[in-house]
Amino acid sequence: MSGDYVNLLADLKEDELLKLTKERIESKEDPLKILEDSRKGMEIVGKRFADGEYFLPELVFSGELLKQITEMVKPHLKQAVETKRLGTVIIGTVAGDIHDIGLNIVDFMLDVNGFEVHNLGVDVPKEKFVDKVKETKAPIVGLSGFLTPAFDAMKETVEALDKAGLRKDIKIMIGGGQMDDEVRKYAKADAFGKDAMAAVALAKDWVGAK
Amino acid sequence: MDKEWAELTPEEKREERFKRWLSPPGVTFSSPKAEKGYKERVTRFIRAFQLKEPDRVPCILPASNFAAYYAGTDLRTVMYDYEKLAEAWLKFLHDFEDDLDTYIPPIMVPPGRALEAVDYKLYRWPGHGISGDTTSYQCVEAEYMKADEYDALIKDPSNFWLRTYMPRVFGALKAFPQLPALTSFEEIAIQSFVPFGLPDVQAGFKALMEAGTESLKWIAAVGAVAGEATAAGMPGIMSGFAKAPFDTLGDTLRGTQGIMMDMFQRPEKLHEAMERIAPLAIESAINAANAAAAPVVMMPLHKGADGFMSNKQFETFYWPTLKKVVMALVDEGIMPLLFAEGSYNTRLEYIKEFPKASTGWWFDQTDMAKAKKVIGNTACIMGNVPTSLMMTGTPQQVKEHCRKLIETCGKGGGYILSGGAQIDKGPAENMRAMMAAAKEYGVYK
Repeated sequence: MSGDYVNLLADLKEDELLKLTKERIESKEDPLKILEDSRKGMEIVGKRFADGEYFLPELVFSGELLKQITEMVKPHLKQAVETKRLGTVIIGTVAGDIHDIGLNIVDFMLDVNGFEVHNLGVDVPKEKFVDKVKETKAPIVGLSGFLTPAFDAMKETVEALDKAGLRKDIKIMIGGGQMDDEVRKYAKADAFGKDAMAAVALAKDWVGAK
Repeated sequence: MDKEWAELTPEEKREERFKRWLSPPGVTFSSPKAEKGYKERVTRFIRAFQLKEPDRVPCILPASNFAAYYAGTDLRTVMYDYEKLAEAWLKFLHDFEDDLDTYIPPIMVPPGRALEAVDYKLYRWPGHGISGDTTSYQCVEAEYMKADEYDALIKDPSNFWLRTYMPRVFGALKAFPQLPALTSFEEIAIQSFVPFGLPDVQAGFKALMEAGTESLKWIAAVGAVAGEATAAGMPGIMSGFAKAPFDTLGDTLRGTQGIMMDMFQRPEKLHEAMERIAPLAIESAINAANAAAAPVVMMPLHKGADGFMSNKQFETFYWPTLKKVVMALVDEGIMPLLFAEGSYNTRLEYIKEFPKASTGWWFDQTDMAKAKKVIGNTACIMGNVPTSLMMTGTPQQVKEHCRKLIETCGKGGGYILSGGAQIDKGPAENMRAMMAAAKEYGVYK
């Protein structure tokens, strides 16, 4: 049954999935098991996205399905869910840029690939990245940007992390819209990734995961 | 545009429009040299659009708000001070006169006070929602139209705009849901007047009037700049603007999240709404093109790019109504210039569905060698000097990059050297290096 459940989510079968979720809850099944299956389903979605079988609409829709499942399951949870994570990544769109489509795809893909993601949202002041690195001790920071004003904002964010004495402890990747390797050099970041799959590969590499 | 117009073929209509672009009615050139320069420049673009060899590769410098920073001011200032706006753009015009094939007047720099008057929430601009030193204004994506409002939009778009959409994006019009449907004015429609007496509703109209008054001042300044540029022999290249219906819904109505849910949960409604929006886009673009010299309508494309959806989804949701809008313009002799933001490597084959030399394609990050190969015999291609290079590279690097682009795309004509996107700020020498490359490497012999 749980194999079916995983596939219903992976195949985005909304009606059947929600019906089965309800049945599983009503049969007093351990809600953690339902969430575990959901995680597996989302992993498959992420894999299909990486393989070019799924695109943004499927990510959005699967995210919505997961949200619905979580809301249904939540009232029945007795303990918090603990998942083992590969590592922590802080991401955000730099100051002066309010775009987040790419940012959210990276969030999604890092999450389904086992990372704990702190998404700081858009138009994030450099100080906020600094504070979050201090707070979480995250070894990886992902800077997102869509437009050309992000070039300078990325540079300033990297400088701020440097000035705070954190640069040697972290790896910084950039991506989005008009970003490329020239901007990476200009901003003095460690890597440029052209899509969310690149972000996952970089993060895995940096934490020493396969 | 007389009665015979309707009987012309699309090609004949395009020829007529090109002729009008070459000899725009009502323009007095500042000198015979300016007039000669104007005609040379326009001819250069027309031949590129026609997939023929011009005298040399035409060039569009990627200068969106560049003039402001070049003149030592910034976007925030010129959005509020139209005199400074005109000054900056004229300085750029005259300093770059020998380095321009076309000139874009500051029509894309909106008047800040007009936006403030109506409390515009769809955009943030420097000092208004984003830091004052930001070099661009930006759209705030949100769900301005709810999933259950498709029927209202489909039934009566104007009514939906006036009473549902506008109150959400213009804070000052928040009382407009109280307006009656305008079609309720029938016979002695006293009841329909009543909402217009409400103080909140009246405040909304006052705000619109204020935005209008401010915009008139602004357009006078912009128009003067545009007039001076044309008189100096600089043709404009974009007359109007249209969007793919999918983007109209996905950008500023349902939002990315919303429209992608709709692709699964209410595909029929989405299709119906796009079909409803298409003729509105067509009409407004044709009107704009009729009112200007250049028969070119700019179409920025967003959510059909590589990675945003599969080819199957593109074929199902994005392409049909985009094609409909493009073809309606082509049939009117208008040249749609489609700006494919991101990359379009997986969509190039679709472009071949358009008649030869009827559209132009401006690429951001598409593989240009592939584009030339696949659609080089179908459409004029443009692009794609990276913004990063223009802003952080050296003039030598820029020139070299342009040389390679010309080599890759220029053969046989049908190529316009231009940026992948536009820059606001950066070394002026890089702009000059780009034009120098067109002049040095782009000459057809």
